[in-house]
Amino acid sequence: MTPIQRRVMLLAPLGFAAIGGVSFWTLLERLREGNYDPHGVPSVLIGKPLPQFSLPGQAPSEGFSSADVIAADRPVLLNFFASWCIPCVQEAPVLMTLKQQGTPIWGIAYKDKAEATTDFLKQNGDPYARIARDEPGTVAIDFGLYGVPETYLVDRSGIVRWRWAGGMSDDVVRQSLTPLLQSLA
Amino acid sequence: MLFALPAFAVSDPAELLPDRQQEQRAEAIGHQLRCLVCQNESIEESNADLARDLRHSIRQRIVAGDSDRQVIDWMVARYGNFVRLRPPFNAMTLLLWGAPGLALLAGITAVWLARSRRPAPPALLTEAESRRLAKLLKP
Repeated sequence: MTPIQRRVMLLAPLGFAAIGGVSFWTLLERLREGNYDPHGVPSVLIGKPLPQFSLPGQAPSEGFSSADVIAADRPVLLNFFASWCIPCVQEAPVLMTLKQQGTPIWGIAYKDKAEATTDFLKQNGDPYARIARDEPGTVAIDFGLYGVPETYLVDRSGIVRWRWAGGMSDDVVRQSLTPLLQSLA
Repeated sequence: MLFALPAFAVSDPAELLPDRQQEQRAEAIGHQLRCLVCQNESIEESNADLARDLRHSIRQRIVAGDSDRQVIDWMVARYGNFVRLRPPFNAMTLLLWGAPGLALLAGITAVWLARSRRPAPPALLTEAESRRLAKLLKP
C-alpha cells in the first residue's frame, strides 16, 4: 500500500462522517424552520381537479359543492378544520389575517358537531366566507386528508395548486402561499 | 409475545361485514395499507379515527363489487403510493427494489478486484534450483 492509498483509507471514514453530519444538520435545520415534516404525506391532488362533492352548510352559511368552488371567480382556500383540533386554534389568527387581506377562505368542518363548530368560531373568530359540514368525513377522504387542519388552494379552473397539512404559520403563508396567490391572481 | 394473537383494532363487531369471504378480503386489503396517522401500522391494526373510516370505506367498496385491485387503486388515487405498505415496483422505486442486487454486484466486483490485484505466485523452482535446495537441506 502506497502512502497515498493509506491516507485515502484513513480519511474515507472521516469523509463519510462529514457527509452524514452535514445531512443531519440540514434535516434538523429544515425541521426547525418548519418546511420539512418527516410524517408529511405529499398530496396527489396537486395539479389535478378538485374532487367532486356537495356538502350541507353550517348555519347560517349555506352548504357548497365543488362546482361552487370552481364558479368562484378567484382562487379559493379550502380549509378543513374542527373544534376538537388544537392546531386549528393556533391557525385561527393566521386565517383571520388572510381574510383581512381579502383571500376568500371556505371552511369545511370535519367530523364535528354543529354546536361545537359554532362555539369554536365564536371563540377563535370566523375567517370563512362559507362553511360546509363534512360530519362523516367522507369528502375529506376524497381529498386525501389525514388530519386537521388541512388547507387546499384551488385556482379559478378548479385545479388544486397547493396543499398544507397541519396548522399554517405566518412563515408558511409568507414563504409559499402568498407568492402562489399573487401568481394566480 | 410470540404466541400472542395479532391485535386487531376492529373491536366493534358492527364494523365487520356479514359475508365472511368479503370480510376476509377487506382484512387482507387493510393489512396492505398504511394508516396515515400512525404511519407504521396498517389501517386494519390502527385505532385511529381515520383508519376506522378507511376500513369502513374499503368495506363499502367491496360490497359495491370492487375487486381487490380496484380498492387499492381507489386508496392510492387519494393518498398516493405512500399508503401501500409494500411499495410497487416502478421508476420511482427502482433503486429501492434494486438495492439488494446492486449491493451483491458491488460485493462481487470488490472480491474480483481484490483477487485480480493479488500478485502472481512465484514461479516453480527450476530443476537446477531444486537440486541445489536438496543439497542444501541435506544434513
